[in-house]
Amino acid sequence: MAGPSTSAELAAELASRPGHTNLGSTMVRWLLISVSLFFLGALLAAPLAAVFATALEKGWQAYFSSFGDPDTRSAIRLTLITAAIVVPVNTVFGITAAWCIAKFEFRGKSILITLIDLPLAVSPIVSGLIYVLLFGLNGWFGAWLQEHEINIVYALPGIVLATMFVTFPYVARELIPLMQQLGNDEEEAAITLGAGGWFTFFRVTLPRIRWGLVYGVILCNARAMGEFGAVSVVSGNIRGLTTTMPLQIEILYNEYNFVGAFAVASMLSMLAVVTLIIKTLVERSGYRRR
Amino acid sequence: MNKVRQREPNVIPGFGITLGFTTFFLCAIVLIPLAALVLKAGGMDFSRFIDVITSPRAVASYRLSFGAAMLSAAVNMVFGFALAWTLVRYDFPGRNFVDAIIDMPFALPTAVSGIALTAVFAGNGWIGQYLEPMGIKVAYTWIGITVALTLIGMPFVVRTVQPAIAEVQRDLEDAAETLGAGRFYVFRRIIIPTVLPALLTGFTLAFARAVGEYGSVVFIAGNMPMKTEITPLLIFIKLEEFDYVGAAALGCVMLAISFVMLLAINLLQLWGRKRMMVSR
Repeated sequence: MAGPSTSAELAAELASRPGHTNLGSTMVRWLLISVSLFFLGALLAAPLAAVFATALEKGWQAYFSSFGDPDTRSAIRLTLITAAIVVPVNTVFGITAAWCIAKFEFRGKSILITLIDLPLAVSPIVSGLIYVLLFGLNGWFGAWLQEHEINIVYALPGIVLATMFVTFPYVARELIPLMQQLGNDEEEAAITLGAGGWFTFFRVTLPRIRWGLVYGVILCNARAMGEFGAVSVVSGNIRGLTTTMPLQIEILYNEYNFVGAFAVASMLSMLAVVTLIIKTLVERSGYRRR
Repeated sequence: MNKVRQREPNVIPGFGITLGFTTFFLCAIVLIPLAALVLKAGGMDFSRFIDVITSPRAVASYRLSFGAAMLSAAVNMVFGFALAWTLVRYDFPGRNFVDAIIDMPFALPTAVSGIALTAVFAGNGWIGQYLEPMGIKVAYTWIGITVALTLIGMPFVVRTVQPAIAEVQRDLEDAAETLGAGRFYVFRRIIIPTVLPALLTGFTLAFARAVGEYGSVVFIAGNMPMKTEITPLLIFIKLEEFDYVGAAALGCVMLAISFVMLLAINLLQLWGRKRMMVSR
């Protein structure tokens, strides 16, 4: 770099030298902090506040009575049922996959990891579409299913499958790096001393991965309860029967029942807040995400 | 059984069963359904396939989905860097709180963020009422789509860039400043090179998520064919019209994009790790 040629450049040069940086760096600091907070405020805080403001627009009475609507109630029930099926299944899968990947060396391991992550990269609409193509009327198994009067698409099994696909990687993703980092030494010691496989898992491995597990499970749960696109494709939106909470939000919103829509949305927002609180507590307890 | 196993390098049990279960479950839930999509699209006449995926309405939707996702990822690269920098380097009241709510878009259902953003940015909304008189219409235009995608992608950039900024060697910055380097010079020659792989990875992650996003977009988009109709919505419409083959063809295009993005993310992370090792 050639030396400073204009007085402005000279001033900038001088200001940037040690001992002269205080005023400048304080300004940059407050500029960056305010830009960041403004960005977050407009994009995240304002919409969240708007959810509660709109839900309570007509007072608490209207807010609470919107949960008395039978369709809303059945949507809440369906969401809880779906999560109650999906989360345990994906937790068992996540633990199994993490055990296999973290404890053993084998060929094709990195491909396996990439394939487990695949659902994260797939559009939710495609995630729903694939089950419609498999089990829908014109799908591979469509004719057979109709003959045996089994409903998968536009019924609970389809909703569960689509949700399972979308939340498939969450527990595994959390546990794989954690278990890889913890290594095999303690498990090997337990086995060598005569402990069985299950005993080793429950008494040696599980206590050491419990925070990572909690983290993965709550994220999986939040996504399972909140999935919209994939479920929307397979659900068929049969009111009171195949609408989950996010779908009920859409229905109420499109009917201009804003209090009702935002009341359901406020419930899901609280779920998200609780998820974040648990996540923060888990991190406080010493668990660090990689 | 233990006695035999002990002589082997790995004494831990359960390899066969866990690998078997993982592979089986992966095939049942993920791979076979995805294969059904590809086969469905592959079953159609090739020229018909090309016709469907290059129809003007589809092309307009790609342009919108790609353009808005790209723009939102770029916006996130700038503001995400500022946020990550602020969180790593500065101490200010409420820092922990801000750090915690960064993950909100991960936990918040997309339908909720969709209606919430629409409420805020509509002409009578809290922010929309100030933008509208200035001639900036956000809700029901491509700007609204970009805003929704920016919200969805934000944590990806911040969470990827944060650890990279923590890695920047402060003594290197100090040394450069002591030697008379200006702040911009330090930023360009020391900070950016260290953070670049993470920044690009964050960009790609945010883009990959944004390009397929549906829930938060449909409420704010307006959904006008050729104008504000994203590709996932077009797939949805084709399904509602019982055009399964057309939906499968467009789904294949989206799936191909997902694979390319996954590949890009893996390559970027590999590159980042290599750079990290060289610099140490």
